[in-house]
Amino acid sequence: MKPYNNKAWWLVLPVFVLVAFSAIIPMMTVVNYSVQDIFDPSTRYFVGTEWYREILTDPRLLDSLMRQFVYSFCVLAIEVPLGIIVALSMPRRGLGVPFSLILLSLPLLVPWNVVGTIWQIIGREDIGLYGWTLNSLGLDYNYASNPRDAWATVLVMDVWHWTSLVALLCYSGLRSIPDVYYQAARIDRASSWAVFRYIQLPKLKNVLLIAVMLRFMDSFMIYTEPFVLTGGGPGTATTFLSQTLTQMALGQFDLGRAAAFSLIYFLIILLVTWVFYTAMTHNDNKG
Amino acid sequence: MAEIRLEQLAHSYHGNPSKPADYALRHMEHVWEQGGAYALLGPSGCGKSTLLNIISGLLVPSEGRVLYDGKSVNDLSPQQRNIAQVFQFPVVYDTMTVFENLAFPLRNQGHDRDRIDHRVREVAEALEIEPLLSRKAQNLTADEKQKVSMGRGLVRDDVAAILFDEPLTVIDPQLKWRLRRKLKEIHQRFNVTMVYVTHDQLEASTFADKIAVMYQGQIVQFGTPRELFENPQHTFVGYFIGSPGMNLLDITLGSSGVELEGRVLPVEESIVAQLRRGGEGRLQLGIRPEFVQLVASEASTLHGQVDLVQDQGTFKIVDVRLDTPSAAVIKARLGEEQLVPEGRVGLTFPAAWQRFYRDDRLVEIMP
Repeated sequence: MKPYNNKAWWLVLPVFVLVAFSAIIPMMTVVNYSVQDIFDPSTRYFVGTEWYREILTDPRLLDSLMRQFVYSFCVLAIEVPLGIIVALSMPRRGLGVPFSLILLSLPLLVPWNVVGTIWQIIGREDIGLYGWTLNSLGLDYNYASNPRDAWATVLVMDVWHWTSLVALLCYSGLRSIPDVYYQAARIDRASSWAVFRYIQLPKLKNVLLIAVMLRFMDSFMIYTEPFVLTGGGPGTATTFLSQTLTQMALGQFDLGRAAAFSLIYFLIILLVTWVFYTAMTHNDNKG
Repeated sequence: MAEIRLEQLAHSYHGNPSKPADYALRHMEHVWEQGGAYALLGPSGCGKSTLLNIISGLLVPSEGRVLYDGKSVNDLSPQQRNIAQVFQFPVVYDTMTVFENLAFPLRNQGHDRDRIDHRVREVAEALEIEPLLSRKAQNLTADEKQKVSMGRGLVRDDVAAILFDEPLTVIDPQLKWRLRRKLKEIHQRFNVTMVYVTHDQLEASTFADKIAVMYQGQIVQFGTPRELFENPQHTFVGYFIGSPGMNLLDITLGSSGVELEGRVLPVEESIVAQLRRGGEGRLQLGIRPEFVQLVASEASTLHGQVDLVQDQGTFKIVDVRLDTPSAAVIKARLGEEQLVPEGRVGLTFPAAWQRFYRDDRLVEIMP
């Protein structure tokens, strides 16, 4: 007799139900919406791929997508190197360790909308430290009316909020490098740049992969902070994808279009994350 | 290339060492001569690695000086000392190829391309890793990685010395033996001082001309493998070197000579006289299992029961339990062809191989 039966499937069932309710059913609902012009169950009309075609040619959305890519690129370009530098300059032992860990954790504990509010105040030219200082230095800074200033403020805010995450991840990565690597490098008379380039950076690769993916996904989905700080303005200068989506779904109640848009949004994130992952790990298995 | 001298060297990992036990290395004087192949042998935790790290400059000693060719290098970093060290576990630069790994120390010194190429190939050939040269170091097996680590140590021909910190721990026994031979060959070829740390006496004696035995932070004896075997200066050396180690028996000086738990041992009068002159202290008699003779019980004053016989293939180890109150066990090593007696036996110790220790130190006997 074959020791074979299907009873084990019952053990998988709870997870399957959980995933169904948390992901598969909502997602399929969205897929369902995306091919219909729908307001409520009695007011619906099948439109096929029309929403998709419309979205991919909508200049407002394409602008927003472009803006989003530029934004995520800037976030990664600033936060990853800065996070590594912060991690490298953190103390390795003594009282400085808990102190710097707590200090770095603080921004991560602040809720998104509070971060937005904080920077809204800090950026004001009359009572805000940042806005006032820039203006007293003779720079004409106003994040509410100048797109460049608005961009800079949103970026600085994100850097302030999330560089700690990269730094903490890198710090944990650095701490896991055995001392003997540094000792060998000293014996081999390696310069400190060579130590970074050939020991620290390669050993940080795995945590950097996580950091890059987390920061990409988060920044690509950013909503609350710019919404609180600038409301997407001035004009549409800081209107990122998720805000455009919210306006479409909740402002205009354009559910079908918003659904099609959500799916494209989701696929972009999936695709870019996959590209990052593949690019950063493809060397691992080569001889 | 240099002679390395340790002067009043001591090291403690405590801030304020007050008693001897606080020291990882107790005050020592030692010289490693230029061009020698040395082993530093001792059990785990005896301070071998500490000593090696002090020589290379990874650790700054709390007391004393390290001299290269008579010049103090205490204040110099490992980079400035120009010394090579190979660690217990393989350290390779993952993102580099094997060639780049081997070339790395030379490139850091700014050697020209041709010279680097020549040296790397020479060392790769000696270690038999030429086919790997273009491979990424990351994907090598543990023993290949360790060969690369060793190669990085060997590739610089101007170093003061090459220090090995148990470098063959991760290597298979068969390959271990070959690599040891390789190292010896390389030593003869390049005439560079090598210090090889190990806790394996076989490894030490096949590699080194002279072995320093470390125990509790001190070098208790420095000598050739033969000297360590025949004349252990310290009971620890007797016990640690040899397989099995030396038999050590507590003895006292009674009115009729050397006594072992009341039984008089046949020891020459002149030796007893010298022992008596030595003063107080714990006295021990040491005899290697190779030299213990098992005889008919009437032929000796010392008797015991054969307790256990272990056949090791080419020799046998016989445990004899003495019929003294302590029932101490004496090990005898018999050749394959020798008959193992059964039951009650007598034991004799040839005078030429009796060693006497007072407070663990060898008592020099004048003829």
